[in-house]
Amino acid sequence: MAVLEVKKLNICAMRKDEKEIMQTLQRWGLMQIDGSAFEGTDVEIPNTTEERMKLERAISSMENALEVMETYSPEKKGMFASLEGKTPTAADRLDEVYAQRNKLMETVETVNSNMKTIVENRVAVDRNKVAMETLEPWLLLDVSMDFTGTDRTSFLIGSIGKTDTVEEIYDAIGEYVADLSQIDVTVVSKDKYQTCIAVVCLSEYEKSVENGLHALGFVRISGSFSGIAADEKKRLEDENLAMEKENEDLAGQIAKMAEHRSEIRMLSDVYRATAKRLEAMNYVPQSEKAFFISGYAAAKDAESIAKKLDKRFDLYVDVTDPAADEDVPVILKNKGLGSSVEGIVDSYGLPHKGEVDPSSIMGIFYVILFGMMLSDAAYGVIVTVTMAVLLKKFKNMEESMRKSLKMFMYCGISTIVWGVLFGGYFGDAVDVISKTFMGEQVSIPPLWFAPLNDPMRLLMYCMIIGVIHMYVGMGIKGYMYIKKKEYANFFCDVVLWLCMLTGLVMMLLPTELFYSLSGWEISYPASVALLSKILAAGGAIGILFTAGRGRKNPALRLALGAYDLYNITGWLSDLLSYSRLLALGLATGVIASVFNQIGAMGGDSVFGIIFFIIVFIIGHVFNMSINILGAYVHTNRLQYVEFFGKFYEGGGRIFEPFKTGTKYVDIREEKE
Amino acid sequence: MELGLVFVLLGAAVAVLFAGAGSAIGVGKAGQAAAGVVTEDPGKFAKVLILQLLPGTQGLYGLMIGFVTMVRAGLLGGSPMEISVGTGLMTLAACLPVGLVGLISGIYQGKASVASIGVVAKKPEQFAKAMLFPAMVETYAILALLISFLAVTAVL
Repeated sequence: MAVLEVKKLNICAMRKDEKEIMQTLQRWGLMQIDGSAFEGTDVEIPNTTEERMKLERAISSMENALEVMETYSPEKKGMFASLEGKTPTAADRLDEVYAQRNKLMETVETVNSNMKTIVENRVAVDRNKVAMETLEPWLLLDVSMDFTGTDRTSFLIGSIGKTDTVEEIYDAIGEYVADLSQIDVTVVSKDKYQTCIAVVCLSEYEKSVENGLHALGFVRISGSFSGIAADEKKRLEDENLAMEKENEDLAGQIAKMAEHRSEIRMLSDVYRATAKRLEAMNYVPQSEKAFFISGYAAAKDAESIAKKLDKRFDLYVDVTDPAADEDVPVILKNKGLGSSVEGIVDSYGLPHKGEVDPSSIMGIFYVILFGMMLSDAAYGVIVTVTMAVLLKKFKNMEESMRKSLKMFMYCGISTIVWGVLFGGYFGDAVDVISKTFMGEQVSIPPLWFAPLNDPMRLLMYCMIIGVIHMYVGMGIKGYMYIKKKEYANFFCDVVLWLCMLTGLVMMLLPTELFYSLSGWEISYPASVALLSKILAAGGAIGILFTAGRGRKNPALRLALGAYDLYNITGWLSDLLSYSRLLALGLATGVIASVFNQIGAMGGDSVFGIIFFIIVFIIGHVFNMSINILGAYVHTNRLQYVEFFGKFYEGGGRIFEPFKTGTKYVDIREEKE
Repeated sequence: MELGLVFVLLGAAVAVLFAGAGSAIGVGKAGQAAAGVVTEDPGKFAKVLILQLLPGTQGLYGLMIGFVTMVRAGLLGGSPMEISVGTGLMTLAACLPVGLVGLISGIYQGKASVASIGVVAKKPEQFAKAMLFPAMVETYAILALLISFLAVTAVL
């Protein structure tokens, strides 16, 4: 349970060392640079935008090229590729790659321009295909399509609406021309919609013939056609073949250049680091000869940063405590279980100034609640083993991912424990298998009790866990008040509430109602009963008079007190919310047994066994995933709403140290 | 005697039917939104899939009550119990909460999921918070499940 102490670092150094100092800080990655101290002053901030944009452009064209390479020469990836993390790479290697940057960028440009050509060619091929289709009706025409006739004759090429016979065409022309013997009509092709024709006539008849044909909807062939249709088609086909061939060659080239992809990735990361540094420069004001860096680091790192910098450069550095009103970034530091749930805390919001880090306490409840909801020993084993194997196999996994997997591993262990307590092993698989295939029912008895047979009993325990969970939340709230020396708040907001709630619970225990719910008979001496009444009443009266203590107006104070007292309903609904522990636990068991039952329907035969195995695997994979999801979501809810609601606000600023910001490689330095 | 069993089966049917229908609607709606996000950014597939699945649990709760009811009445394997009309009607009543609340909460959880998928589309880092909104709706399905379960086990 720790929020690390954060110190403020102020560095003033010479401009000539600027690049090197920035690079050093970046490599260490321990300090967050903050320019807010200089806001509103008239210091000069260097403008690095243009240079950065240039790098960003290079990075994006590299990303493009990498994507293209992936298309033409896909890399083999495992199912868990996303867990692999960044490749550790020596800084020297990156320097080597950087030295070849011109050559690599040339490769990138070639890949991108090849891709551009490939796309253009594809468009051209499609266009040609369309053109070929429009040529289709004219393929039998062995005259050039733009031929209009000789000196004495006219040649009309075009299409008319659908006609059945040549006679129809002659008839239509006959309306305008008497002597049909001087006219020759050839039908080139015919389909459902049109008839393509070529007509030869003496030049002087051209007008009349055309008029006649117009009656049939004659349209001359488009002027864009030229040459003989068959030749034209052949030409387009050849063109397409050539372009397809070219595309193949270009794709081959790309695939061949894909061997450089790891270098391109490294180079892009070198550029990323530089871009990141240039971005940080925006918060580093400078004068003619000097520059200033102001920022935060964890207290334990701050001194060593200052010392090491002082040794290597000519500079002034001081380490101070941040001012009281500064919005200091938050660094969490936990061990084991606590650190593994930091991600959950982070997604709710980091502790703001003066708040405690709830991670380690929350971690304990997290695994307990998760285990209760999943509560199947076999599922627990599967989750634990899977997570352990993944953690072992992927050493370079990203830190946040590693934490999440660890969290699920702990949750898996807790699931095994609860599963054994409640007697769930793939639901009731042991019973069903032994009954169906061995003829004799065997069961593994639960170590504690089976929730399905005694749900009310488990419901009681869920409520008890809920009470403990929420009381711990109140306890942390009290701890924070005491730490801030706000004793009045501690007494009014924590002690009085706990008195009242405890009193109420104690009053409930010996009642008939509680007995009928739980079957536990509790009775205590009159003095304890009186004590419970005093606690409840005292707490309630105390809250009534103190909750509005910030106000002067006595009526308003009482009203606020009464309103605060109304929060008791909130406690009730929070408590009932813990019934989801029972419901989700039951859901796992019952749905698992649904699948076991379905599987057993095949009976005791070879077919039956195969059927059972198939149903078993599919059913349990489904049930396990849906219930892990459910347990995860609802554990989060219990933590965020019921637990955090009691004491935690969050909203702290995350500590974002000035780092390399790489995507593919993890730069490893030789030890300094 | 026969009529009692009819009511028991009717109860199981109500639980599975309405809760399942609610989930189907909810998951369907969320699925449309999820597919939309994936066309823009296939990398968010896993996240939106989880959000799509959230309204699916009502159907499982319905299935659970239906199954428990049928097992308790001896309808699955073994011979059906003798059940009076009164017990049958009580079983039917016991199955109502999970059925009706499942139907309505499934639909509304689906709507909340759609909105949360929108959150993930724009701010994927807020996934954990986005997941919580649909989970809030589910609370009521869980409460109904619990009452149905306790009632069925008490009646049969």
